[in-house]
Amino acid sequence: MRSLLILLIGIIFGFTFVKGEIISWFRMVEMFQFTSFHMYGVIGTGVIVGIIAMQIIKRFDIRTLDGSPITYEKKKFTKGTVIGGLMFGLGWGITGACPGPIFVQIGSGFLAVVVTLLFAVFGTWVYGAVRDRLPH
Amino acid sequence: MDFLHQPWHWSIAGLIIGLTVPALLIVDNRRFGISMTLKHLCAMCVPMNIKFFDYDWKAYKWLFIFVIGTILGGFIGNVFFKNPESMVVAEQTKTFLANYGITDFSNLMPSEIFSVEEIFSLKGLVFLAIGGFLIGFGTRYADGCTSGHSIFGLATLQWPSLVATICFMIGGIFCTHFILPFILKTVMP
Repeated sequence: MRSLLILLIGIIFGFTFVKGEIISWFRMVEMFQFTSFHMYGVIGTGVIVGIIAMQIIKRFDIRTLDGSPITYEKKKFTKGTVIGGLMFGLGWGITGACPGPIFVQIGSGFLAVVVTLLFAVFGTWVYGAVRDRLPH
Repeated sequence: MDFLHQPWHWSIAGLIIGLTVPALLIVDNRRFGISMTLKHLCAMCVPMNIKFFDYDWKAYKWLFIFVIGTILGGFIGNVFFKNPESMVVAEQTKTFLANYGITDFSNLMPSEIFSVEEIFSLKGLVFLAIGGFLIGFGTRYADGCTSGHSIFGLATLQWPSLVATICFMIGGIFCTHFILPFILKTVMP
């Protein structure tokens, strides 16, 4: 049941990424060239809606479907937040995709992006392999 | 039915993406973050005794289900309900791209770069391989991507996510202004 709901949320999410043109390479170039407000509108609205939703969850002590309190791990700041963040930004600028859109692009029929996915997995693997030697 | 074929306004897309955060928490107490899929794929397929990948990836089955959902959603959205019109792209960006011979705005991605025939060309090497590698290495090093930091992290008011988001943007802006023109000049005939 829970798996089915997660699948459904995923489907709606992927569909929205297509209809909102968030997986479009053109929209990313526009965003980084500041020639369109579209992507700033999408991310900004998403963040504001997310903030409001999290505040409602906190105020009204909203629980999960099985009644447990909602918890999550905090993000930690490291040197990687900056260095890794900049590296990802470069990759985002080239491919026009972040990890979410990679999957949605493949589903949308852009099969060449399977190569992007394979190299993204490879990049993650190399990070795991050299992790202890990187500044954190 | 028109609504399902046409592109959506940014506020509708943003609203649904924002609601994904509480939806995943309420359904299964899950933190939204898609780049972890890449790590779990490493742990599943090529752990090779690396400590970072030595954990039970099966505990994160939910994320695979979610990602399969996004792939299906993409398929439904761009195959069954494909927008019949060309994309509306800002004039300035259109002119910039046309300079390098990118003129096909009929789909979400330019066919001149992102087509299967180009996989084994210089375009494929730069746009798919190098770009993909930077995404995978960078997101794990930064401990999150646009979903984990820029949506979930900011929605839960975590300052490291704000730093990460600013760095993502700086990287993307720098790339588009200073590296992309060079790449396009080199790879486009």
